[in-house]
Amino acid sequence: MATQLIKGNTAVVVGALYAGCDSFFGYPITPASEILHEAAKRFPQAGRRMVQAESEEAAINMVYGAATTGRRAMTASSGPGISLKSEGISYLSGAQLPAVVVDIMRAGPGLGNIGPEQGDYNQVVKGGGHGNYRCLVLAPANVQEMCDLTIRAFELAHKWRMVAFVLADGVLGQMIEPLRFPETSTTPVTDVNWAVDGTAETRLNVVTSIFLDFDQQEAFNRLLQDKYAQVEAAEQDSEAYRLEDAEIALVAYGISARIAQGAVDAARAEGLRVGLFRPITLYPFPKDALREFVAPGGRQLVCVEMSNGQLRDDVKLAIDCACPVHLVNRMGGNLVTEEDILARSRELARSAGGRE
Amino acid sequence: MEQVVQTRGLYKTFPRKGGAAQTATHYCPGCEHGVLHKLIGEALADLDLQDRTIVISPVGCGVFAYYYFDTGNVQVAHGRAAAVGTGISRTQNNAVVVSYQGDGDLASIGLNETLQAANRGEKIAVFFVNNTVYGMTGGQMAPTTLVGSKTITSPEGRDPVQAGYPLHMAELINQLRAPVYIARVSFSNMGKLRRARQAIRKALEIQRDGKGYAFVEVLMACPTNQKMNVEEATRFVAEQMEVEYPLGVLRDRAAEAVPIVRSESDYAKETLDRIFSLDTDRAPDAQLTPDAPTFRVKMAGFGGQGVLSMGIILARTACQAGKFVSWYPSYGPEQRGGTANCGVVMSGTPVGTPLVTASDILVAMNRPSLEKFLRDVKPGGLLLYDAAMGEVTPPAGVRALAVPATRLAQEGGSARAANTAMVGVLAALGGFDLPERAYREAITCNFAGKDAVVQANLAVFDHARAWALEQELP
Repeated sequence: MATQLIKGNTAVVVGALYAGCDSFFGYPITPASEILHEAAKRFPQAGRRMVQAESEEAAINMVYGAATTGRRAMTASSGPGISLKSEGISYLSGAQLPAVVVDIMRAGPGLGNIGPEQGDYNQVVKGGGHGNYRCLVLAPANVQEMCDLTIRAFELAHKWRMVAFVLADGVLGQMIEPLRFPETSTTPVTDVNWAVDGTAETRLNVVTSIFLDFDQQEAFNRLLQDKYAQVEAAEQDSEAYRLEDAEIALVAYGISARIAQGAVDAARAEGLRVGLFRPITLYPFPKDALREFVAPGGRQLVCVEMSNGQLRDDVKLAIDCACPVHLVNRMGGNLVTEEDILARSRELARSAGGRE
Repeated sequence: MEQVVQTRGLYKTFPRKGGAAQTATHYCPGCEHGVLHKLIGEALADLDLQDRTIVISPVGCGVFAYYYFDTGNVQVAHGRAAAVGTGISRTQNNAVVVSYQGDGDLASIGLNETLQAANRGEKIAVFFVNNTVYGMTGGQMAPTTLVGSKTITSPEGRDPVQAGYPLHMAELINQLRAPVYIARVSFSNMGKLRRARQAIRKALEIQRDGKGYAFVEVLMACPTNQKMNVEEATRFVAEQMEVEYPLGVLRDRAAEAVPIVRSESDYAKETLDRIFSLDTDRAPDAQLTPDAPTFRVKMAGFGGQGVLSMGIILARTACQAGKFVSWYPSYGPEQRGGTANCGVVMSGTPVGTPLVTASDILVAMNRPSLEKFLRDVKPGGLLLYDAAMGEVTPPAGVRALAVPATRLAQEGGSARAANTAMVGVLAALGGFDLPERAYREAITCNFAGKDAVVQANLAVFDHARAWALEQELP
């Protein structure tokens, strides 16, 4: 096993290459650009293809083309670019094409700034484009997961013929940590059942997202929803930290989860029964595990996020508002601090104690 | 049963179309899309390209091209065919990519993709139907609509003051260096039809041979939206369109163009391990030592002072010593605007937040950085500042040392290595308890491949460390 000190954005490219990604199409945007830079350097070294596209729309449509041929393809950007790619993501979803998209979130809306934020949650988790589609969404919390979840994103994208997102933020993209390199590499096999790759074997195939007939279009939508139900049953993933006896669970993903984990330790040191629930998949949301935690009753959740309650809304949906759900958040490029979380945890513990 | 005559290259019947009349196309009576389909299909069949071919159906009247072409088929978003074609062609070196697009798709919403793919010389044959009007959406003005022509969105006729002039796509593309073949054709008489047939074949032969980009603009009328019968439509093309859009081969470099061959993907793990230099550049895994202290170090200064790489060297040292470690920089315009900072966290347990707000140690290389970050140094913390900024009065409880970093670097043999000098001082006074070997490995790794630079920085490190060991901290 080999470990290197590596930037989060670089780790994405490491994961992509070991996952057998064949081509990268991208456009520069801070704080995601190092993925493009690293792809420009590394993909050709392995005979893989990299094109700096003329626009975010062109990049996602190049991905559409490469995905049509059954190859593993990806792009990466940040919020403003993901907005532009949304058209293509809807078409990929409508054509059931597998692809990986990485979003290194920055502060918005509009041009915003290049600081870290988690404000793309709804856009990515709910689907920013038109139509009844979902994307798989994986949320790394460290450089190791930037690599490992990129690999998982390719596996899931091709398993389910869906777009799979790696949703991270400026901190995870820019920070450097030790990365244990993958122990295996993947040689992908083209699925000739649906791919169109310019060979006799796939000549009869067609990749399309249009059904003129209303009933056909509805049937296709039903088929998609059935698939998403299977995805929700099979792919939920989360991590619990000191949750067994917790009365208050912090719910956070990505960099916010790391900060929350520090707050858990600090709260425990004060005798507060606080734990952390970290979604690793944001779609499907790990609602089964979260429901299990709140089921006994008397528990409270605190969503810790760098956005305006977008995660909190999903948490409420996931548990059917079965317990109070609070919010500790920052926006605009600021990170939540351990102190903020700790203060709220003390307050909630005190008022819960007062009610008894 | 009626006899169906099959066009070579097209399906005999069109079951994807659904409904009754599966031998008729979805095109309107009098429309010449069918003629173009037939010419492309016959050429693909004659050149034996159907297995290799992927036809891109656009958004527009050609959206259902995949009902007809007996090839691989893909339908794409409005205007994005050239980008999709790029993705296909780049990943399938042997594929023949045919992009079939109308004027709204290619010349309006997809103009950028069109020109950029042409400019890259992608291996695509583009068949561009210019009929001066949006067909599928109901007769709106196109970029190619003639001046004075009435459409549903130019009811008084196209006024160039409001809507500009007809866009000449073949001429535009002819400004680019990469395209191999550019022609404009029509079907307005038998001679022109024959020349159109030749141009279509030429574009596909270029794809067969993998030589690059070919663009054939085909002039047509839209009898339905322009409310013409076939005779009027043919006259419109011959007497008006061909005046605005002259026919001809604008470029033919097929003979001298050389095939473009894309690389083959190498998926072997050994190749990837080699690319990332895993044999030489590797660190041990972090060891869990919960009792070891955690250090949060902030480093800040002007861009160009090597603040970020100072942090990386320290982080790498900790990594070589089996610590859990993170490094997080200021990034983007901020670093180009003159100041840069980074935070290094090293610990015996996995690092939580990589942000350094309250710091155990601040290394300040200029006064603005000092003023910005000094208040965040914890009581009992350490401030190392560049002596060049003059006297500094630290807050109560913060130990401070002025470091003549530039002088130490010069004395050590490399004036540019003031940041490495600071690392040497940190090694002596930081209290990290990291082995000297780890520092040397980190410096060597940071300047890997530049032996003289490595040696110079190691010398600066040694000199600064020795200097620091003689200093007394308050």
